[in-house]
Amino acid sequence: MSIFVNADTRLLVQGITGSAGSFHATQMLEYGTQIVAGVTPGRGGQRWNDHAPIYDTVREAAEKEGVNASVIFVPPPFAADAILEAADAGIELIICITEGIPVMDMLKVRRVLDTQTRSRLIGPNCPGVITPGTKDKPGCKIGIMPAKVHLPGRMGVVSKSGTLTYEAVGQLTALGIGQSTAVGVGGDPINGTDFIDVLSRFQEDPDTDGVIMIGEIGGNAEELAAAWIKDNFTKPIAGFIAGRTAPPGKRMGHAGAIISGGKGTADAKIAALEEAGVKVAPTPSDMGTTLASLLS
Amino acid sequence: MKIHEYQAKSLYQKYGIPTPKGILALSIAEAKEAAKKLIAETGSEVVVVKAQIHAGGRGKGGGVKVVKGADAAEAAAKEILGMTLVTHQTGPEGKEVQRLYIEQGLEIATEMYLALAIDRESRRVAIMASTEGGVEIEKVAEETPEKILKVFVDPAIGLMPYQTRQLAFGLGLSKKAQKSFAKLLSKLVDLFVAEDCSIAEINPLVVTGDEDVVALDAKVNFDDNAEFRHRDLWESLKDLSEEAPTETEAKKYDLSFIQLDGNIGCLVNGAGLAMSTMDTIKHFGGEPANFLDVGGGATEEAVTKAFGIILESKSVRGIFVNIFGGIMQCDIVATGVVNATRNLGLKVPLVVRLEGTNVEEGKKILAESGLAITAADTMAEGAETIVALAKAGA
Repeated sequence: MSIFVNADTRLLVQGITGSAGSFHATQMLEYGTQIVAGVTPGRGGQRWNDHAPIYDTVREAAEKEGVNASVIFVPPPFAADAILEAADAGIELIICITEGIPVMDMLKVRRVLDTQTRSRLIGPNCPGVITPGTKDKPGCKIGIMPAKVHLPGRMGVVSKSGTLTYEAVGQLTALGIGQSTAVGVGGDPINGTDFIDVLSRFQEDPDTDGVIMIGEIGGNAEELAAAWIKDNFTKPIAGFIAGRTAPPGKRMGHAGAIISGGKGTADAKIAALEEAGVKVAPTPSDMGTTLASLLS
Repeated sequence: MKIHEYQAKSLYQKYGIPTPKGILALSIAEAKEAAKKLIAETGSEVVVVKAQIHAGGRGKGGGVKVVKGADAAEAAAKEILGMTLVTHQTGPEGKEVQRLYIEQGLEIATEMYLALAIDRESRRVAIMASTEGGVEIEKVAEETPEKILKVFVDPAIGLMPYQTRQLAFGLGLSKKAQKSFAKLLSKLVDLFVAEDCSIAEINPLVVTGDEDVVALDAKVNFDDNAEFRHRDLWESLKDLSEEAPTETEAKKYDLSFIQLDGNIGCLVNGAGLAMSTMDTIKHFGGEPANFLDVGGGATEEAVTKAFGIILESKSVRGIFVNIFGGIMQCDIVATGVVNATRNLGLKVPLVVRLEGTNVEEGKKILAESGLAITAADTMAEGAETIVALAKAGA
């Protein structure tokens, strides 16, 4: 049916009164996501758009509203604090959309999260997670992705890049192939959830039949995923790696998308994925058809 | 963000990390004066004239000269200031030397390597040290990786004494040098964390004749994301002449722009899509002129500016606009494109692919503009078309 989020997910929005938070909360609500609370320090007791109660602290919101997921739209200087506040309140799924959190902050956040197993962080610098739904069978959209391109179904998508996720999902939908869940893990060098975490959930999910995995230059998460896929992943999987033509030493938009000291090149990642049995699409326009070719 | 060696050293000094005495010089006369002053202060005739550019490998490229006396320093400054320095990090076009750092010469017993960087896999600050100093560390890593010692600093605990010992003994330092090294390393870790560095590298780190450990070179890169914590300091350290003017201009509008060598300009939203748009252009035999991610929240003004930067580039023979609107709305992009061409004119072929939020409104704006635009339905189709059009026009 899906991974991470579904129609039963009870969502808290941290930063719900900010312009991005409020705009996307409205979009999520329209999609059918259950927004049960918001947090903006100093605005406790008010209501957001006559809909969800606002609290001063995450702990209070979690206790009173039975929250099990939080999405963070808090500016970079305050985002690390927001993530840790959600973890401290015991929220199981924390999705951080914020782009631009200093690496030094994320080192500390990850260090704290690694000492516990209750809370999972997805992101930061990611589009979020969506389990597509219909009017009759509601789904759950947590994040900033355009809802319209999605179609409920049985394919998983996992990606470092927002727009390439939309691209992959849009191609699948155009082919009439629906998605179980699409997960953006984000483009930062230090994040909460990596490819392997997501792929292992797709592997276990009886309602996911295949996956598109989208990586990019920088780091070695794709290589680690390739090694894991080889030994553990049994479903059809197509891949794409962005940044074949990126010059070394330049940060390509995402903080994590940088080739340094000859490491993290697209070619090395593509080779590792192919070696692991992933069918890598030659251009990003072929991601959908590449997965489709594996399904027949 | 990159800074110069002399700026990194002044930051080191703030943290009590020993460096040689040095003075910045922006002219040949200043260089001579600086050399005289250093010679008087240190009592030694030996001074080093060092080119200040944002790239390593300066010594090999002829940008560092060890000389004796102020006249020789003047001669060296004449040679280096204004030269185009080509190193393995500058690319073949090199960089013009506009600043010199005049430094006291030290008696060197041993050259070593020391660097701090963020290690993504362990999610720690990694400390790398090697006895192979003064050479390209990339080479050492490739040929004799066992000669690079590594320890990882736990962000919750900080650097532990046993880690310093591991490195100090591994480097084979004398007792006195060990103490000096331990002090330096602890301060460097403090600096790295407090100043939000992404890299702090000392190559070479030297043991002097007196068994003191001194940072003979200094490289510091900052994590751009942390600028909000260091705005004043970083502003004062920026050297815009080291960056492509287009990139500086784009940054003002929160656009992520990187100048490349090709002739097909691209305007895209999202880093992944922008990278793969370049890849796709290349796949069809073209060369991208730039990387440009207008991001999710770009205003009409920012898109106008971004498209203007591409339009004004002399090397551009064709432009590909590739948008998959999520947060970004297609009509905002379309309006920006039309505004920019109204001001600057459109002299090269333009292919536009719009998808996602407000796509119909966007297409309508482009259609009503009367501009010569070729529409494309997919990224691949758009890339193939613009490559063909650019070739036909060139």
